[in-house]
Parts: sequence; structure tokens; C-alpha cells
Amino acid sequence: MSRPRPALVFGVLAALAAALVVASLLVGPARLPPGESLAALLGGAPPAEALIMRELRLPRAALGLLIGAGLGLSGAALQGYLRNPLAEPGLVGVSGSAALGAVIALYSGLSAAFPLALPLMALGFGLGAALLVQGLAGAGSSSITLILAGLAVSSLASALTALALNLAPNPFAASEIVHWLLGSLVDRSLPQLWLAGPFLVAGMALLLTLGRSLDALTLGEDAAASLGVSLPGARIRVVLGVALATGAGVAVAGAIGFVGLVAPHLLRPLVGGRPSALLPASALGGAILLLAADVAVRLIAPERDLKLGVVTALVGAPLFLHLVWRSRRTLT
Amino acid sequence: MRGRLVLAFALGLAAAPVAAAPARVASTNLCTDQLAMLMAAPGQLVSVSAVARDPVASAMAAEAARYPVNHGSAEELFLLAPDLVLAGASGPPATLDMLRRLGIPVETFPIETDLDDVRASFRRMGAALGREARAEALVAELDAALAAPPPPPPGQRPRAAILYANSWTSGAGTLADAILSAAGFDNVAAGMGIVGMGRLPLETLAEEAPDFLVLGQDYGSPALAQETLAHPIVAALGAERAAVADNLWVCGTPRLARAVAALRAARTEP
Repeated sequence: MSRPRPALVFGVLAALAAALVVASLLVGPARLPPGESLAALLGGAPPAEALIMRELRLPRAALGLLIGAGLGLSGAALQGYLRNPLAEPGLVGVSGSAALGAVIALYSGLSAAFPLALPLMALGFGLGAALLVQGLAGAGSSSITLILAGLAVSSLASALTALALNLAPNPFAASEIVHWLLGSLVDRSLPQLWLAGPFLVAGMALLLTLGRSLDALTLGEDAAASLGVSLPGARIRVVLGVALATGAGVAVAGAIGFVGLVAPHLLRPLVGGRPSALLPASALGGAILLLAADVAVRLIAPERDLKLGVVTALVGAPLFLHLVWRSRRTLT
Repeated sequence: MRGRLVLAFALGLAAAPVAAAPARVASTNLCTDQLAMLMAAPGQLVSVSAVARDPVASAMAAEAARYPVNHGSAEELFLLAPDLVLAGASGPPATLDMLRRLGIPVETFPIETDLDDVRASFRRMGAALGREARAEALVAELDAALAAPPPPPPGQRPRAAILYANSWTSGAGTLADAILSAAGFDNVAAGMGIVGMGRLPLETLAEEAPDFLVLGQDYGSPALAQETLAHPIVAALGAERAAVADNLWVCGTPRLARAVAALRAARTEP
């Protein structure tokens, strides 16, 4: 195997992410000429065009970038900290629990009175799930324990989400179960970007500080401790960072699965096994995956409101099966 | 001989109302509920659907409070022992088949697509309930109400777009389209080629830049479906608003004349 070349890999990933942001800005039901519509972002365009670009496509592309990066980074951090290749915010139940928190905040009317309640409840519930799974299947436990603990937490969260929506007073609520379980970026707005963006950025900044600790952890907990890495400190940063970077995204776009699983796995062979390189690479990879999925749903079935989680699961679930197959000897 | 004639006449009189006019009618659809409440003889209508009491969807929620409600299941309808069940054409086929197998006549009403359909529905309901004269009176009432507001001033018809929750809109061949047209508007969705109910994405709405915007009603409790209506781009479009309560134009009842009047008023306001 050739030596990994991180600089080249990062250059290509950044270019791909940038290209997909532009693609996301250019795809939509209104057929706007590409050059003009990008110019309309900066001003001096007919009002309809400027409105479409600034109020609809800009928040959608920006949220796709940030939420995807948050999911990819969360997946890489969880895999590094738990030293388990199957860890991912969706599979360990953080996304599903965050969706439950968001649903309670939104449909009870709490977020109408206090908008910050939406991201705060989502990341609070996500934090609870992360702590629960971490308690049930801590670092170094077997894959099967982690998967079962994640399955239990996410099944409970999705059942309670469906229950809350079935009992919500609004007649539309029940049909929105699918949004919260599979995720969508349709008609997101600038206020939603301002609401979730700071939490997403804060969570990612926190997770990116974990590189050295996770590098040391690859040698084992004792070796890491002897290198001066504080394990409790790393645990707090992982749990809080994942809750922020995943929960805030779920609050505005629903739970989108598998991005955090796929991004680190595709990139690990390219950047080498060191988490300090894998973390930023997975952030870019997650953004690329989510932006590509969001462009795809608009091209495949623009009128049908295809959910993002459908596309990411179509890519992610086979990979998950492959990982289970490959590690089936160690699963027992 | 004469006695027999009298007897036959008396039997005929006794039998005729049973054949012509059902005595216990249960309605299972918001629109048949409202027509039945408007037309039924006292005591003839024994149950309406639960939706009829929802003030957002039903223009006759207060009247519906006087009737026992059903939720459209075959079991509860059978227990009401009706001799006629009224249903929408899209009513659940399994339930309606079950009722027919149990020997209960079911009369279904198609969705109205224009004002002539509405008049036809009135007459169909009148015939089903044996209340033909009442049906004709309601047709006359509707026609008078439609003629009563001043006709829209000549000149170009403003372009109006309807936006319901979840970006749905009413295109050509819908009652809402007929009502917009009667009020003197051109329906943007119909102009785009949308037939029946269809999606009007916010991007397309902004591109079309309608003169008037008719927004679906808020249910007063939160849901993502309604966030579309509150998206900043909707306010930024700067279109004039025409407010029409959803319940006035969901169903073809005489009250749709109030929707026409409200739209005409919005159009003529300076």
C-alpha cells in the first residue's frame, strides 16, 4: 500500500466540498442561470432571484455543509474514543435522542416562545443518549455491546418520537415522523442557520481539539495516560462535542444516519490510521456526503420531498453490513 | 273495492316515505356532514363525522356540536343502525364495502371541481335525503350570494397564489380555483399547469411573484408543515394578502360565497 499523502487528500476533499456547495446553490426548482444566480448572492439582481438565492439556497447549502461536517467529525471522534469501528452518532442513538428532544421542544410550543429551546433540547437529549451509551458500553467494550446499547437507545428514542408526534395536537404532526427519523433540508431558512450554526461550530471546534488525545489512545488507555492524556477530560470533550455537533444539526434537519459511519471509513485508508488526521478529513468527508445527498434528492425526485436519510442509508447500510461481515469473528 | 283502494293508498303513503326518505342518516365526511346538516329534516341526521366539530376545517363546527359524532369505522356506524350512510367518493373502500355487505345503503359524493359540481352536489344530497325542495332553495341561496357582491371591476385580473401547509396549492380543476376565478383572480398554480392539488415550492412561488397571496390557515399548534408559511421569503415577496378561512372553501356549501366575497373585498381594497 502506498504511503498516505494527507496534503493531497485534504486538497482534494476541500475542493470537492467547495464544488458541492456551489452545486447545492445551483440546483432547485427555479431554473436560474448559474452565473447570474451566484452573482445574485452578492447583490444587484432582480428581487425574485436574489430572494431565492439568499433566503432559500444559501441557508440550505450552508446547513448541508455544517451538519454534514458535524456528523462526519462526530463519527470519527466516537470511533477514535471508543476504539470501535461501528460507532456513529446515529447508530449509538445520539441522533435519534436529539430528534426526540427537538420534537418535544417544537410541538409543545416551547420553541415558539423561546427559539433557543429547539437546539438546546436537542443537544440536551443527545448528551443524555451519549452518556447512557457510554455508560452501557464504555471505551474498549466489545462491538456487540456497543451496537446493542445503541440499538436500545435509538429504538426507544424513535418510538417516543413517533408517540409524541401522534399525540401532538396539530393534524400535520403525525406525517412529520418521517422528517424527524430520516431528515431533510427542504425550505430551511436563515434564522434556522443562525440558530444551529453557532452550536455546530462550537461542537466541531471542541472535537477538533481531540486529535492528540485520540492519537495517544490508539496505544491503549494506560499508554495514553502515561503520555499525559487525561481520559476523563477526553471523555467530557467527546460526549459534549458529539452532542453539540450532532444535536444542533438534528434540531433543524432531523436525524440523518450513516454519514458519521461512512466518512471516517472511506478516508481512513487515505489519511492513515491517526485520528488527528482523520478528524478534519472526516469533517470534510461528512460535508461532501451530505451535500451530495442533498443535491441528489433535488435531482432524483424534486417534487417528492425524498428524505436525506434515505440516500445516506442506501450508501451507508451496505457499508455497515460489510463492516459487520468483516468483523463477525470479533463480534462474539 | 273502495275500502281496498283506501287501504292501498294508506299503505302506499306509509311505504313511500321509507323508500324515498331515509329516517336515520349517518354522515362520515366533512363535506357531506355540512350539506346534510343544512338539508336534513329534524331528527333525520343521527351522526356526523368528528371532523365536523373542528373549527379550522368545518364551517359548521357549532351546528355539529348538536349531533353525536362518529370516526368513520364500520363498527360504530353499524351500531347507529342507519338506513343511509353518506360518504365522500374517496371514503375508505373497505369500510364502505363492509357497510354495503351489512345491508346498509351507502351514498358517495364526488369532490366538487367547480361551481356547477357544487350545485349538482346540493341536488344529489336533496334526492338522497328526500329533501329536493330544500336543495333547490340552497342552490338559489348560493346563486344569489354569488351575484350579490359587486362584480369585479374590469381590467387585468390580479394573479393570486394559494399556499397551504407543506407547500401544497390548488391548481386547475379545483373548487378553490373556481372560487378564485369567481372573485376575479387568475390562479398562479393553474397558469403553471398544475391540475388538482399540487406542490408549489417556495422557489417557484418567488419566481412567479404573485400579486396576491392566499395562505392556508394556521392550526394554532406548532408543526413543521406550517413553517413553510412562516418562512422569511414569504413575507419578503411583498405580495398583498387575501385572508380566507380554510373552512369556507374546503367543501362545496353555500358558505363558499363568503370566500368569494372576502376575496373580492381584498381585490377592491385600495
